[in-house]
Amino acid sequence: MLEIKNLCAGVEGREILKGVDLTITAGEVHAVMGPNGSGKSTLAAILAGREGYEVTQGQVLYNGVDLLEMDPEERAREGLFLAFQYPVEIPGVNSTYFLKAALNAIRKHRGEPELDALEFLSLVKEKMKLLELREDFLKRPVNAGFSGGEKKRNEIFQMAVLEPKLAILDETDSGLDIDALRVVAEGVNRLKRPDNAQLVITHYQRLLNYIIPDFVHVLFDGRIVRSGGKELALELEEKGYDWIAKHEAVTA
Amino acid sequence: MSTATETIEGFVKQEYKYGFYTDVETESAPPGLNEDIIRLISRKKNEPEFLLEWRLKAFRHWQTMTEPLWPKVTHPPIDYQKISYYSAPKKRGDGPKSLDEVDPKLLETYEKLGIPLRERERLAGVAVDAVFDSVSVGTTFKEKLAEQGIIFCSFSDAVQEHPDLVKKYLGIVVPYTDNFYAALNSAVFSDGSFCYIPKGVRCPMELSTYFRINAANTGQFERTLIVAEEGSYVSYLEGCTAPMRDENQLHAAVVELIALDRAEIKYSTVQNWYPGDEQGRGGIYNFVTKRGLCRGRNSKISWTQVETGSAITWKYPSVILQGDNAIGEFYSVALTNNYQQADTGTKMIHIGKNTRSTIVSKGISAGHGQNSYRGLVKIQKSAENSRNFSQCDSLLLGDRCGAHTFPYIEVKNTTSSVEHEATTSKIGEDQIFYCNQRGLETQDAVNMIVNGFCKEVFKELPMEFAVEAQKLLGVSLEGSVG
Repeated sequence: MLEIKNLCAGVEGREILKGVDLTITAGEVHAVMGPNGSGKSTLAAILAGREGYEVTQGQVLYNGVDLLEMDPEERAREGLFLAFQYPVEIPGVNSTYFLKAALNAIRKHRGEPELDALEFLSLVKEKMKLLELREDFLKRPVNAGFSGGEKKRNEIFQMAVLEPKLAILDETDSGLDIDALRVVAEGVNRLKRPDNAQLVITHYQRLLNYIIPDFVHVLFDGRIVRSGGKELALELEEKGYDWIAKHEAVTA
Repeated sequence: MSTATETIEGFVKQEYKYGFYTDVETESAPPGLNEDIIRLISRKKNEPEFLLEWRLKAFRHWQTMTEPLWPKVTHPPIDYQKISYYSAPKKRGDGPKSLDEVDPKLLETYEKLGIPLRERERLAGVAVDAVFDSVSVGTTFKEKLAEQGIIFCSFSDAVQEHPDLVKKYLGIVVPYTDNFYAALNSAVFSDGSFCYIPKGVRCPMELSTYFRINAANTGQFERTLIVAEEGSYVSYLEGCTAPMRDENQLHAAVVELIALDRAEIKYSTVQNWYPGDEQGRGGIYNFVTKRGLCRGRNSKISWTQVETGSAITWKYPSVILQGDNAIGEFYSVALTNNYQQADTGTKMIHIGKNTRSTIVSKGISAGHGQNSYRGLVKIQKSAENSRNFSQCDSLLLGDRCGAHTFPYIEVKNTTSSVEHEATTSKIGEDQIFYCNQRGLETQDAVNMIVNGFCKEVFKELPMEFAVEAQKLLGVSLEGSVG
């Protein structure tokens, strides 16, 4: 589904990713862990198509197509979803309206008929249960005045409605208390299917107590320096990122 | 410059689609302004003596005045002697008695603008008075309205057919001494609309006037007068367009509304005069005085405006709350892009007891546009227990535009309260990217954000016009986000 080959990228001439290789197949959950400044969010931003990053080398194939050539909205319509680390507030724009427009843009792209208001509402109500959201949520403007936890829940709720093929969760656990973390993680787990994949980006291991990854990768100084199964996350938790840093310093 | 900023730019660059010119034979006064020209206009319109006298007084007063310098707008000086103050499509014979006799070219013009005037194609539920340059070319549903005693006609017809009403109400809300442009208008106004809603009548349809400037080097100076008698209700709409020209044209209108006991007037404007080109060449100078008088107890006047056109907009639709318990409202969306400038807002003058006013102003600036809200809330000593709520929000698209707010508040008693809220926000690249990431095109995202921003005002517009206004805003902003 996703093949990242030797991806090098930076901002304003400063290199952040220094040759990332990562392959994700349908049905898999991958976790990318790393200390602050290792390039985790840069990776998510480049995959989603945010402006301001220069890709200097490498390639990203998404279902066999050059992802980096696509506009952000095209990527989204092709099923790539980014759960934002900092979801953006859009005052005045009703959440239901926003999500309906998004879903219909995606459905239209797939050649499926657009949902009318009633069909959409019944779909949404079903998905809301998944995230334990209150109904008044839908009447509020997108993320405006939401608490940190509500914003993150809203991201996963949108993901539930849009049913992406590849979901990238950028530090979804940050700012969540333990109860919210559980709700969000359960939501994510229930969205897992054999034909989709998830890339979970996180600093801490705790999210991975709830979302069990098939693969864990450690991103350090712009490169994936170690890959393994879920036990790698536990090892990291125990030994800390210093362990990686020292190890890297030795090999260098 | 980032791509998002470029997109914002592009968004603003949408072409003006009403910029065509209709080739009709016209009868125009030579450029220049003097008493002879005023007499000529008055004679053309076969006006009674009192009106000519009033015009001349206004003109003499105007000569003693100077242009207001306080608005936050800049333009080269206007040479009032270079403007033609009267232009009318040439009449055939004695002039059209009914729309069947109106020059087909004129009817086509209005059809192109989406305002069909012919009987079978008329807009259902909306009576239209079509004003072309200086004269009204036709009014629809006149007879049907007359059945209920409602008078809806061109100002010129009103002068002929209802001179007493005109004499009684003309200038009582906006006297000719009011300001420079109102004085000029009083001297040279050529046409406009007149509405009179009798006691207890609820006008069964929307009344509307569609203003079109066509001829070059002319000004349009229309005057609208709406009188709502006790317990009556009327909803009135106004729309405006003009051809694309490199030079600026002056539009200085006056609108007076009078609401008696328990009467309600709802006045909505969708102003789309030619805004000038991307470099700021051409466009209409829209210098307008609009004011309503809530003369009666429990009366209500509500202004809703969507201002997307004009090179410069200078207007402050106001309400004088004279009757006890009167209500005044002002809902405004003003958009400026390219080099457009708007200095707009309202005045709420509370005189009667328990009077209430609400102001909701939404300013959107893009390109090099400059948008100012200027509002006065004045609560006089007599206006006990009065309340005002004002909300002024500005939205910036891009980083070369400006938004300014000038609120003036005067409260002369201790039982009243005034609230003022203001916000300024910017459509950010983050918001656009967030929408893109959910599958939405940049332009749809901008439309969505802008419409969300304007929602409180749009909901005040009559349904069909709300849809129209949303589209218009989309078109006016096409290509502009970051």
